[in-house]
Amino acid sequence: MTRRIEVQGLSKRYRLGRAQHDQMLRERLIEMIKRPLGRMKETESIWALRDVSFDADEGEVVGIIGRNGAGKSTLLKVLSRITYPTSGEVKINGRVASLLEVGTGFHDELTGRENIFLNGSILGMRKREVEERFDAIVDFSGVEQFIDTPIKHYSSGMRLRLGFAVAAHLEPDVLIVDEVLAVGDAGFQKKCIQAMEGLRNSGRTVLFVSHNLAAVENLCSRGIWIDAGKIRMDGAAKDIIASYMSSFVGERVSGSDLSGARNRLGSGEIRYTRLETLSPDGTPCAIIRSGDGLVLRFHYHAEKLMRDPSFGFRLYTEMGTLITETGHLLHGIHIPKVEPGDGYLELEIDSLNLVPGQYLFSLWITGQPSKIVYDGDVRASLEVEVADVYKSGRMLDSRHGLVYFPQRWRVKQA
Amino acid sequence: MIRELWAYRELVYFLAWRDVKVRYKQTVLGVLWAVIQPFFTMVVFTLLFGQLAKIPTDGIPAPIFYFSALVPWIYFSSTVTNAGMSLVANSGLLTKIYFPRVILPAAAALGNLMDFLISSVFLVGFVVYYRIPLGLNLLLWPALVVLLMLLSLGLGAFFAALNVKYRDIKYALPFVIQLLMFTTPIIYPASMVPERFQWLLALNPLSGLIEAFRYVVVPSHALDWSLLELSVVSTGVLFAASVAYFKSTEKAMADLV
Repeated sequence: MTRRIEVQGLSKRYRLGRAQHDQMLRERLIEMIKRPLGRMKETESIWALRDVSFDADEGEVVGIIGRNGAGKSTLLKVLSRITYPTSGEVKINGRVASLLEVGTGFHDELTGRENIFLNGSILGMRKREVEERFDAIVDFSGVEQFIDTPIKHYSSGMRLRLGFAVAAHLEPDVLIVDEVLAVGDAGFQKKCIQAMEGLRNSGRTVLFVSHNLAAVENLCSRGIWIDAGKIRMDGAAKDIIASYMSSFVGERVSGSDLSGARNRLGSGEIRYTRLETLSPDGTPCAIIRSGDGLVLRFHYHAEKLMRDPSFGFRLYTEMGTLITETGHLLHGIHIPKVEPGDGYLELEIDSLNLVPGQYLFSLWITGQPSKIVYDGDVRASLEVEVADVYKSGRMLDSRHGLVYFPQRWRVKQA
Repeated sequence: MIRELWAYRELVYFLAWRDVKVRYKQTVLGVLWAVIQPFFTMVVFTLLFGQLAKIPTDGIPAPIFYFSALVPWIYFSSTVTNAGMSLVANSGLLTKIYFPRVILPAAAALGNLMDFLISSVFLVGFVVYYRIPLGLNLLLWPALVVLLMLLSLGLGAFFAALNVKYRDIKYALPFVIQLLMFTTPIIYPASMVPERFQWLLALNPLSGLIEAFRYVVVPSHALDWSLLELSVVSTGVLFAASVAYFKSTEKAMADLV
């Protein structure tokens, strides 16, 4: 058996702040004038990967799982040579194809045929190879009727199929895939899974990042769980997934247990005790994804009879930007009194239109008037995972802002 | 770097082909643009600088004098601009796939060659129309084209790498190119520059190159060979320095763009 991937002590540090983004030469010059001999200002940095080591052999299909921001994508980018590690070593034997996005480099003005050649070339195929596999690619994509139409007229599903069709005919020794199966209809997903199984059976090595744990379980013999930039577990896919899932359950109970929340405000006659997240059908939900329906259940405990209490919360980004504040009074719902003891309120959200990321609740209970604070600034975190909200294969992330609207585009041309 | 470019030559070709194809597809006049831009600039120059300002053209018919310089100049300015923007404009590719980053500016340099060739053919037609006999000087042309490409790519790749780091390059670039145009013998002959400023002219690698492009189609045009020799040397130095800078920043590009 041939060793295909050897990763040794891989670390990657990202600098935060303005050094990373859109720096202006002007600013840099001013800085240099201000402290001509001094060093450039030290910027904050984070370790996206910390001392990651693993190997993978021929024929292994390795699923990489972990939360948002755990370092999965960074790992794939380093392995694909897109970004360079701060330290450590990667050795890959054989031809690598990385598929971090379906249809990279597609151009709207070009036809399906032209895009197959362009995309194939971008993914590392020779022109001759594309020519040889052209018919198979077109066949796989199922868009043969429109192959000479500019792809700006394609539906998102067609583009996706075309993009994956090219990728499926790469025949690399090592394939690196980031979350492509989460997209497309069931028939397409089945095709993708078959294509990946074909790769596995022909002895290719596949590294596969996905939030679709069922797909990981079906496809992968082995799983690697990455947490905070480090490998937390490496072993049989089934075991890894089970441990990963149970980590959520454990945290859900403790993480949303509010009875011990620190630095909370208020006089304390009535307090939040727990925040539960449920699916619309009422079952506890461990993973919340963009666009999911969600029920928030706010448990409280009242020491005595409370008159006219008002419940609500604010939702902040990690950086402290207020996204929304809501409460039942805003909906015209009045609660005349709350008996001593335990109880709960539920808030049903049809679609959680937040981009993936980490958010912060600040819960409050006030009286009448609202100056009277019984419980205030009770912190709870909310983690929103990636989802294909537009069913296009393009994932939202923090670059797309804070929220998104349920929406449809229409293209009309005169 | 040359070896990498060779290994990825097909990708350079496909990206250049994409740029050319899209450029011609999206415009009503398509390929004609390759000729329209130098032609109308030449007309304006002839009227403004030739007729009004009476700037000498070294005995060359004014339209030929301007056109022969504008063809390489337009290649140079559009390549430096396109190559300079290439990394930022293709950030989607840069962050999703590995390839030697220099391919993007190289594809811009190759893609613009199409326009250059079309307008060069037009120039030859022009020269024939003016009954200027073409001579063996034409043999120098391929070497000049290579030199022009190296110079444009060298400067373009340098700006591209800089642009990834500092986004104000986008605003500075058009300005730099405009200044360069006035300090290059395009609207005036090199011979018009006073003796004590000739060294300034020599500092600009474009000076010798543009003059040589004139010499190629108008054999009677006196070429200052030392100016061209200086161009060759300074282009070489500039290209090497730019490649070294590009290489040194290449690793961080995907994180910055």
